[in-house]
Amino acid sequence: MITLTYPFDEKAVRALKAGDAVSITGRLYTGRDKFHKFVADGGALPVDFTDGALYHCGPVCVRDGADGAWRVVAAGPTTSVRENPYEPAFIAASGVRLIVGKGGMDAATRAAMKRHGCVYVQAVGGAGALYAAAVRRVAGVSLLDEFGAAEAVWHFDVVDFRGVVAMDAHGRSLFAEVAEASARALAGLR
Amino acid sequence: MQDRLVSMIRETSSSLPEDVLAALRAAARREARGGSAAVVLRTILDNCALAKRNGTPLCQDTGTLTFFVDERLRRRVTPALVRRAVACATECGFLRRNTIDAVTGRSCDDNCAEGAPVVHYVAGDGPARRVTLLLKGGGSENMSRQYSLPDAALGAGRDLAGVRACVLDAVQKIQGYGCAPGILGVCVGGDRATGYAVAKAQLLRPLDAAADAGGGGAELRRLEKALLREANALGIGPMGLGGKTTLLGVKVAARTRVPASFFVTVAYMCWACRRRTIEL
Repeated sequence: MITLTYPFDEKAVRALKAGDAVSITGRLYTGRDKFHKFVADGGALPVDFTDGALYHCGPVCVRDGADGAWRVVAAGPTTSVRENPYEPAFIAASGVRLIVGKGGMDAATRAAMKRHGCVYVQAVGGAGALYAAAVRRVAGVSLLDEFGAAEAVWHFDVVDFRGVVAMDAHGRSLFAEVAEASARALAGLR
Repeated sequence: MQDRLVSMIRETSSSLPEDVLAALRAAARREARGGSAAVVLRTILDNCALAKRNGTPLCQDTGTLTFFVDERLRRRVTPALVRRAVACATECGFLRRNTIDAVTGRSCDDNCAEGAPVVHYVAGDGPARRVTLLLKGGGSENMSRQYSLPDAALGAGRDLAGVRACVLDAVQKIQGYGCAPGILGVCVGGDRATGYAVAKAQLLRPLDAAADAGGGGAELRRLEKALLREANALGIGPMGLGGKTTLLGVKVAARTRVPASFFVTVAYMCWACRRRTIEL
């Protein structure tokens, strides 16, 4: 298990290889469909993503207690492919180092990751309770009124958020490799 | 009665059945230590333990709710009672607000509407009168599919070899996108609607063979075993990152067909196979 701590160093991120298990500690910003469209339409980035991480996640957050603090109930990953049209430009403009989600992304995103020094971390779909527990503090939230709670940009401070590097900065994608290998294996069974 | 249904919903949403947990643990032992498959399975098992301890949903997609009610309980467990229990469980946070009006796009905040939750009254046998609940998330439901034989592209004819070709094609196409390792419910034959209903009902069968009454004869049992072995040989692995465990189980049943039709229906269930049965 490789530990990654925010801010994420470009050299350390470029050294990661597809298949590496990672544990992330520090700041994660969530962003999904509305966020990507907003940025693509010229909206200003609500936070500084330089050497940071973007998490494709629509969490369930509730405000409780007298102080009105936010608490995360479930925060598993959402499917990343919907952001394919926007991600290369986002990676180029933002300086982001980690994209966290599920299911992987396309060849254009892979190329942008290689060029700018970024990797894709696969979180485990369905593990909403565990990832909520990894969020130790909700440090803030952006675009909540504009996008609603499920689409807002949440500022999560996480400890030991686990995943697997599935697309690295060398141009490798486990998803593409597994899809090809399984197609060959299936042809062998026929 | 309503309280029993509410606690049943909470338990179903927050804990997996023992046979599914056992299959996940066995899979974790099979995979190479420290590899991505083992890491994913460890994460899944840790998540399940935490959700069970807290009584909170183990996955944020609390899914489509389908109740299977012994028809002899029709008067005690009415659709109205089930709806009240679902509304209450939603209010308590055991279920996500997860029901969208397909025309207006608005949320039905108590998860209740015409036909939601789904309630099937089924024939009962023996003295025990049971209610079973299945929660199935959208990511897995999106992966289910139906084939019509013959299928020239697959080289699949109208026989069990053709059925095998369809099921293995489905596994290869689905990869890890339905949150693998998954469970397949398969229906051979039937019309299109019964195909999906029967395939989904196979997901209620326990994974351990000793406890499973089966969905068909010895031939289908052999097919189940062969399909499980071959699907896992494709190397897709947990969440599609590679590994020995692509499926936890395959359950096949058959229905008659008309001469003109031969459907093969595959219902994909994610690892978060949330089902529970209570006796009333």
